[in-house]
Amino acid sequence: MTNLWRSIRVTLVMAVLLGLVYPLFILLIGNLAFPFQAAGSMIKFQGHVVGSELIAQQVNTSGLFHPRPSAVQYAGNGSGGSNLGPTNPALIQEIRNNERALNVLPGTKLSSIPTDMVESSASGLDPDISIADAMLQVPRIAQTTGLSQSVLGSLVRRYETGRFLGIWGEPMVNVMTLNVAIKELMKK
Amino acid sequence: MTLAGTIGILATIVIILLLSIPMGKYLYHVFSGDSTRMDHVFHPVENGLYRLMGINASSQMDWKAYIKSMLLVNLVMLLFAYLIFRLQGSLPLNPDGIKSMPWDLAFNTAVSFITNTNWQNYAGEQSLSYLSQMLGITFLQFTSAATGFVAAIAFLRALVNNKSRWIGNFWVDFIKIHTRVLLPLATILAIVFVGLGLPETLAGAAKVHTLSGLLQTISRGPVASLEAIKQLGTNGGGFFNANSAHPFEDPSALTSVLEIIAMALIPTALITTFGMFIKNRRQALILYVFLTGVLLVGTFVIYSSEASGNPMVSHALGIYGPNMEGKEMRFGPALSSLFTGATTAFTTGAVNTMHDSLTPLGGLIPMLFMMFNVIFGGKGVGLLNILMYLIIAVFLSGLMVGRTPEIFGKKIEAREIKLATLALLVHPFIILVPTAIALITKAGTSPILNPGLHGISEVLYAFTSAAANNGSAFAGLNGNTIFYNLMLGVVMLIGRYVSIIAMFAMAGSLAQKSIIPESVGTLRTDTWSFGGVFLAVVVIVGALTFFPALSVGPIAEYFHMWIG
Repeated sequence: MTNLWRSIRVTLVMAVLLGLVYPLFILLIGNLAFPFQAAGSMIKFQGHVVGSELIAQQVNTSGLFHPRPSAVQYAGNGSGGSNLGPTNPALIQEIRNNERALNVLPGTKLSSIPTDMVESSASGLDPDISIADAMLQVPRIAQTTGLSQSVLGSLVRRYETGRFLGIWGEPMVNVMTLNVAIKELMKK
Repeated sequence: MTLAGTIGILATIVIILLLSIPMGKYLYHVFSGDSTRMDHVFHPVENGLYRLMGINASSQMDWKAYIKSMLLVNLVMLLFAYLIFRLQGSLPLNPDGIKSMPWDLAFNTAVSFITNTNWQNYAGEQSLSYLSQMLGITFLQFTSAATGFVAAIAFLRALVNNKSRWIGNFWVDFIKIHTRVLLPLATILAIVFVGLGLPETLAGAAKVHTLSGLLQTISRGPVASLEAIKQLGTNGGGFFNANSAHPFEDPSALTSVLEIIAMALIPTALITTFGMFIKNRRQALILYVFLTGVLLVGTFVIYSSEASGNPMVSHALGIYGPNMEGKEMRFGPALSSLFTGATTAFTTGAVNTMHDSLTPLGGLIPMLFMMFNVIFGGKGVGLLNILMYLIIAVFLSGLMVGRTPEIFGKKIEAREIKLATLALLVHPFIILVPTAIALITKAGTSPILNPGLHGISEVLYAFTSAAANNGSAFAGLNGNTIFYNLMLGVVMLIGRYVSIIAMFAMAGSLAQKSIIPESVGTLRTDTWSFGGVFLAVVVIVGALTFFPALSVGPIAEYFHMWIG
């Protein structure tokens, strides 16, 4: 009985310490030091919050960059991948559908399409695209917006993030950053 | 495969090994009873906690008293978390209006987190309130890691005891691992994580009008504080459904590398701690070399398989490149592969890539690592498994060369071998039998997502993950059914506690044996050839037991994919 009573006391004290005091301490320090990140890296455009820099959102106009395909329709409150296995016929069908939905100009060579552009991300909310993906979208965006291809191309180059320290990750570009930049250019 | 990717993988492993040595030394000093420089900081805090909890810090325990306290407090914490999950709908800190969990899911989740498994039959952002994420999940992520860790420490004490039954005080060890290791490390890591983009907020989901004028609801919450202990404690249960693939849990290549290092740190450090306890650095070195070797070989098999892509996609659609289905751009194939290898070697279970969509060989390696359950392994229990395999290897080689088996100066007798065999056999038993049951029942097969051979892999993976207390999944399988909630729950409990109890019973008898001085007749365990025997035992026992099951899952799928 002493042991049971002690176990209950240990559980309650540790629960308060580890389950309340610890996270609330991180909350306090995190919000004092990094308020932007702590709130979810929310991005404002023309005074309104338009999304998070880290969370992909559905884009339904051809004048903006499209993120990678999402198995969950970019549900910010329901992340997930397709979980389709490599030999599942449904996987081929899904990739074929993603390819058809690709908004690239006619005449684009199939073999130039990178796999990351037509295969669904793990989270369904992947905020980044590869440089090859971005460059394939440039002609379409130029046609829709009237911005020149060279302006859009240099936008991609400017916001490209390389591998961390040259060895970790992949060269890529954040879609939210690009799209806010396009919106800014269109305003002028 | 790219040069940068390869160097990135190797560099991460080197950093882990370099950090593990000072960390292992620190752990040794904290738990061997040495006084340390930081005592004047920690003592007042710990004494305060002992008083609050009614703990007599100076008393000593034998193996039975130690494990009784451990099991009892685990049971109380399990019930506590179960209640939180069942009642979360009516408790505070629930801005998104999450409902209380049904009984079977709450049972599965509470068991999953107390056993350090972190198997998730729910989607975090839709099924858990902030209070549950903090007071249920984050809390158990600390204490389950601490439980495994102190079990290993107590076993090490028994191993070096000379005819003494005392193996320490469970409560003191349990508090100390929190105050001196887990809490300080988690606090630092969590603050760094916020700086690198992980949210830490009690505000509910953000509702925004997107750039295209659509509505999007973005879930967030106290993520960074959970993420730090999720990785450090080899837990793996994510805040969100997509786990470390979710950009809020793992926003960049840098955070992914930090997460890999965090989950590897203490399991690798324990090898150094082990070497210091038995006063034999060479033994630690040999284990480091063989275990790191297996980890690297496995990781590069995953990497090359993922990087060479899916031939069926190329054939059908004319698209060439690495397999990016279920992967995130910021990690690419290299960091996804390393994370997959590490999370199953260190039995964490966090994922930054969807394992169900891995190529057959890419999915085979994580299964194999969990079947071995010994490639460094999870917090504490990994070292216990290593010791169990060492004892089996000593016994087998003793038989081969005709010497009395002994390990670190202690005679291995019938009782120890029986217990080691029990701990060894329970693992395949609770994987293969439930898999077979699931595959012949409708309740077991109807939640499978992928057809054919891959569907078998989904079920095999689930029970392997539960038995190894890993928690990663071939997530196409819909585990949130009464059948899987209960079956997986029971497998997790057996997988966790039967081997710990068996190893403790062994510790009890080892502790009371006298240490025999080394002689020419001693079979040395700190040699390269013995390391080879150890590895052979792991591979033969581990791989051969599971070979038939693997051959109808990932191995057959591999041939199907390449031959068509």
